Amino acid sequence: MNTNANPVWTLVLTFGVMSLFAVGGANAAIPEMHRIAVEVHHWMTDKQFADLYAISQLSPGPNVLIVTLIGYVVAGVAGALAATFAMCVPTAVFAYYVSRLLARKSRSRWPAIIQRALVPLSIGLMSASILVLAQTADRLLAALFTGAVAAAAFATRLNPFWMFLAGGILGFTGVI
Amino acid sequence: MPPDQPSPAIPAEGVPAAATQPPPGVIALFFAFAKMSLAGFGGVLYWARRAIVEQHRWLSADEFNETYALCHFLPGPNIVNLSMVFGARLKGIAGGLAAFTGLLVPPMLIMTLLAALYARYGEIDALRRILAGVSCAAVGMLGATVLRMMMPLLKRREVAGVVMLLLVFLAIGVARLPLVPVLLAAIPVSIAVTFLLQRKVSA
Repeated sequence: MNTNANPVWTLVLTFGVMSLFAVGGANAAIPEMHRIAVEVHHWMTDKQFADLYAISQLSPGPNVLIVTLIGYVVAGVAGALAATFAMCVPTAVFAYYVSRLLARKSRSRWPAIIQRALVPLSIGLMSASILVLAQTADRLLAALFTGAVAAAAFATRLNPFWMFLAGGILGFTGVI
Repeated sequence: MPPDQPSPAIPAEGVPAAATQPPPGVIALFFAFAKMSLAGFGGVLYWARRAIVEQHRWLSADEFNETYALCHFLPGPNIVNLSMVFGARLKGIAGGLAAFTGLLVPPMLIMTLLAALYARYGEIDALRRILAGVSCAAVGMLGATVLRMMMPLLKRREVAGVVMLLLVFLAIGVARLPLVPVLLAAIPVSIAVTFLLQRKVSA
């Protein structure tokens, strides 16, 4: 591989392709982002990746903007812009054309079949995201806290803010 | 802002619930999407539905669900797809671009600023511990979302779906294979299986 290549183009190519394969949205693409950023290109450590995930969840805006953070780590402001647009433009253009196509002949049953077929794949990808992210915190108490949050969020409609606050406090005090 | 706070923009009683308003201009679209994008915590989708269906009445609830279902099965960030498709539905390509940039550009600027701060202060130990804790909470939230999505599959005892789910999980999460080849194999198989099962049911 040519290591002298401008990293901005690597970002554009990486996220441009990922954009079209992110079945289930940004959270489904987390393992691929981790694989590329940590394992393939060594842009950051495991822990830094988890930090960026936390920041992206704390800030307003769509979850996909974790790519802005990754882009900035790789190539500053230019990287942040390149990664964001590469991840969002191809799929938005694709969505635009598909929506026009479907508006014309809406009697086909293929959209429903494809949709049904993709649901299990996107859940599998999101489950993989959980595993990849959970492995960045290699402590038993952290895993227990993660499980407790999942159970609480599943069983109640508690505002996520309180979960983040609890996580931040437990992290700061060194419990997890 | 708590989600249950009544919005002053909801029209008074007596207005038919199904009535939708005339389409907004492109500038209004940009600012509406910027606002729902920054409103935030708890996902943009919640605020998007609220703004589009309840507050501005640009779509009925059914039309919104229809548009969202389409964007959910297409690849890529759902809400980003939704902004483009919704904006274009109302005001053509200019509307799509206005909603798309309104949704993305303001939070992207905030995110760039945060990235710069992290690059400078990210090594501070207390900050790293806090972020590690928040990360655990965020992963837990994702876990709850995945459980919610999985329930219908389990309830309907869709064996084929659960097997596909597990195979993708093992390939991507455990074996850490690259996304593109895994999906290029999994998507045709899953579509074929779904198609054959559907035919068997209707036959």
